[in-house]
Amino acid sequence: MSEIDREKILLKPARPVGIAGYGAYVPRYRLPASEVARVWTNGQGGLPVKEKAVAGLDEDVATMSIEAARNALQRAGIPAEAIRAVWVGSESHPYAVKPTSTIVAEAIGAVPNVQAADWQFACKAGTEAMVASIGFVGSGMADYALAIGMDTAQGRPGDALEYTAGAGGAAFLLGPAEESLAIIESTYSYVTDTPDFWRRAYQKYPEHGQRFTGEPAYFKHINEAGQALMNATQTAPADYRYAVFHQPNTKFPQRAAAQLGFSKEQINPGLLVPVIGNTYAGAAIIGLTAILDIAEPGDRILMVSFGSGAGSDAFSILVTDKIDSRRDLAPRTQDYVSRRTEIDYAMYTRMRGKLVMK
Amino acid sequence: MTEIVIAGVGQTEVGEHWEISLREMAFHAIEAAILDSGGVRPQALFVGNMLASQLSRQAHLGALIADFAGLTGIEAATIESSGASGGAALRAGYLAVSSGQVDAALVVGVEKFTDQVGASVEEALSSASDSDFEAVQGLTPTAQAALLMRRYLSQYDVPREAFAGFPLVAHANGAGNPKAMFRKAINAEVYNRAGMVSEPLNMFDIAPNADGAAAVLLVRQGLLPDSYPHQFVRVVGSSLVTDTLALHDRPDPLSFQAVRLSVERACRQAGLTPGDVDLFELYDAYSIYAALSLEAAGFAQPGQGWKMAQNGDLSLHGSLPIATMGGLKARGNPGGATGVYQAVEAVLHLRGTAGANQIPRAKRALVQSLGGPASSAVTHVFERVN
Repeated sequence: MSEIDREKILLKPARPVGIAGYGAYVPRYRLPASEVARVWTNGQGGLPVKEKAVAGLDEDVATMSIEAARNALQRAGIPAEAIRAVWVGSESHPYAVKPTSTIVAEAIGAVPNVQAADWQFACKAGTEAMVASIGFVGSGMADYALAIGMDTAQGRPGDALEYTAGAGGAAFLLGPAEESLAIIESTYSYVTDTPDFWRRAYQKYPEHGQRFTGEPAYFKHINEAGQALMNATQTAPADYRYAVFHQPNTKFPQRAAAQLGFSKEQINPGLLVPVIGNTYAGAAIIGLTAILDIAEPGDRILMVSFGSGAGSDAFSILVTDKIDSRRDLAPRTQDYVSRRTEIDYAMYTRMRGKLVMK
Repeated sequence: MTEIVIAGVGQTEVGEHWEISLREMAFHAIEAAILDSGGVRPQALFVGNMLASQLSRQAHLGALIADFAGLTGIEAATIESSGASGGAALRAGYLAVSSGQVDAALVVGVEKFTDQVGASVEEALSSASDSDFEAVQGLTPTAQAALLMRRYLSQYDVPREAFAGFPLVAHANGAGNPKAMFRKAINAEVYNRAGMVSEPLNMFDIAPNADGAAAVLLVRQGLLPDSYPHQFVRVVGSSLVTDTLALHDRPDPLSFQAVRLSVERACRQAGLTPGDVDLFELYDAYSIYAALSLEAAGFAQPGQGWKMAQNGDLSLHGSLPIATMGGLKARGNPGGATGVYQAVEAVLHLRGTAGANQIPRAKRALVQSLGGPASSAVTHVFERVN
C-alpha cells in the first residue's frame, strides 16, 4: 500500500477530538470460574478466568450505563445539557425495541436536545459508538457526545462462555481535543463478514463457532486492525506506553499482544478479564479506563476492540496534562474491581434469571 | 506382473485451514505430486474423502477436483471407506494401473473438517459406524474406541498409563515433520496430566481431526522417462479387507481380523513377511488402535502391543518405526486424506528424502489405514528399487 493509501484508510476528523471525561462501572458480585466448573464439569478442566462480575438483581445495561456516564461527566466537568448525543453500545440492551440510550440520557439530564440511539456490533458496539462520536464532534456538528459500551453478557448454562460472560463497561465523553485529558489521534476499522458468534432474534443465549472464534476471527481482525493502524501512523509498539485489546478470556489478549509485539508490562494494567470476566461491549474500553487511571501526560495508548461478525476498531490515544487534575474526580476502575461480593452458582442462577418461575 | 511406481508425491501442511477450501487443498497436493513426478499427466483420478458430503455439502468430488486441477475430461471418482478412504483410493489407483486400462493414475486424499465445528462433526463421523445399531444408540467413534480400550485394560490387566508410549513416539516424530500439525515432543508427565475425553481415553490418546490433502501419482515403470529424477519406489503389495461393520458382531472385539488378513495378503503378494519391513505406518487414530494393529499384524502377542511403545522398538531407530512423520496423532488426522499422507511419508523414507526423521537405508514400508475399528483395513507394501 502506498503512503497516500495508508493515510486514506485512517479515520481522522477535520477537527481534533479527545476524551473530555471517562467513567467505568463494574457490578459488585463475583462468580468464581471454579463454581461453574463445580456444577458442570465436576471441577475438571482449565479455567479461562479467575472470576467474573455479575450484575445485581436491580441492575441492567441501563442502570450500569448511567453509573459510568455520571463518572464520565464528573471528570469532564461540563453540564449534561451540552451533550448532543448519547449512544450506548451493548448486546444486552434491556429492550428489543425501545432505546437504552433515552433512559441514560434522561437520567443524566442530557434530554431533550440530544441524539440518542443504541448500537449493536457484538463486543465492539462500544468502540463503534466512540468512532461515531469522533465523527459527530470532529465534524463540528456537536461539541460533546457520550459513547458507552456496557454489557450484562449472556452465557448458556454449561457453555464455555458461562465461565467468562461478565458484566461491566465504560463511558467516554468525547469533546474538542483542547479540552481533553487524552487526544484520539486516529482510528482505523477492519471489518469482514465472519460469523464466529451470534444470537438470533428471540434467542436467549448466543451461539459460537468454537475454535473458529480464534484464528480466523479474533486474532485475524485484531492483528490486521492493530498492524494497519501502526503502519498508517508509522508507529511501532515501542511508541506506546500501554496497549489494550478486546479481552474475552485471559489468553487471547496476551497472545494478540505478543503477536503484535507488545510486552506484558504494556498490557497488564488494562488486562481486567481475569477478575471481572469478559464484559463484551465494555471489555476493551474498561481496560482503557483502567489505563487512564494510571497514565501520565505524554503516554500513548493503543486500543483494539473486537466484535464478532466481525470487526476491530483500533485507536491511537495520546494522554494530555489534563489527566492529573481529572482522574480522581470519580471512582477509579480498580475501585470497582476490588469492591467484591462473592456469590455461588445458586445465587448466580437467581440473579441472572436462569430459574424458570412460571 | 506390471511394475507400478509411485512417481510423484505431494502434500499440504496439516492443520486447521479455515480459509482454504476443499478443492484448493486438493489442488495444491495434486500440483505438487505432478511436479514431483517430472510432469506426468494422469489419465484417471481417484479421490479419497469421507465427509465432504456432510461437512462441506459437496459431493461429486471426482468431477470437481479434476476440473479445478485443470484435468477436465479425465476419468475421476470418489472412493469412500471412512478412515480408510485414502488407502482405498490408493488401492483403486493401483488396480487401475495394474489392469493395463490406465497408464498413470492420480490419487488424492482430501478432507476439510473446519467447514463445521462441534456436534455436527461428531454426527458426521458417527455415520461411518452401523447407523441402525450403533450410531442410533449415541455411539461415537471416540466412545467406541474408549470401550475397546477399557476392555483391553480389563482383559489384559494393563494400566491406562501404559498407552503413553504411542503419543510420545508420535509427537517426538512430529517435531521433525514440517507438514505436521503438532511439532512438539511431549513427555509422560504431559500425557498423564491431560484431560479425560472419553474415559479411559485422554486427549493424547486421540488423533486430532484436521484439514489436509495429499496426492500420489502411480505410473507403469516402463513409461517413465530416463530423466525421471527419483529412485523408483514400487507398490509391491496391496490389499483391502473388510470385517463386520458393527463391533458387537465380532467374536473377539480386541482382534482386528481385517488388519491381520490385509497384512498377510499384501505381504504375500510382495513375497515377504511383515518382519522384513523397515517401517510400519499404522493407523493410530486412537492409541488403542495402534496397539491392536501391532498385535493383529503379528508384531506382538495379544495384550502385548503396548509394550513395544515403551521399550523403544517403535521409535525412529527402533526395530519397527511407526508414525515416522508424527502419525495420525501428531501429523494430524485429515480423515480421507490420511491414507495418502501415510503413502507420501513412506515414499519419502524409501527415497531417502524424509529429512530429520529419515530412517537409514529404508527399503520396504508397510502402510495401513483403517475405517472404523478395522471394519475396513487397507494395507500396501512399498519397496525401493536399487
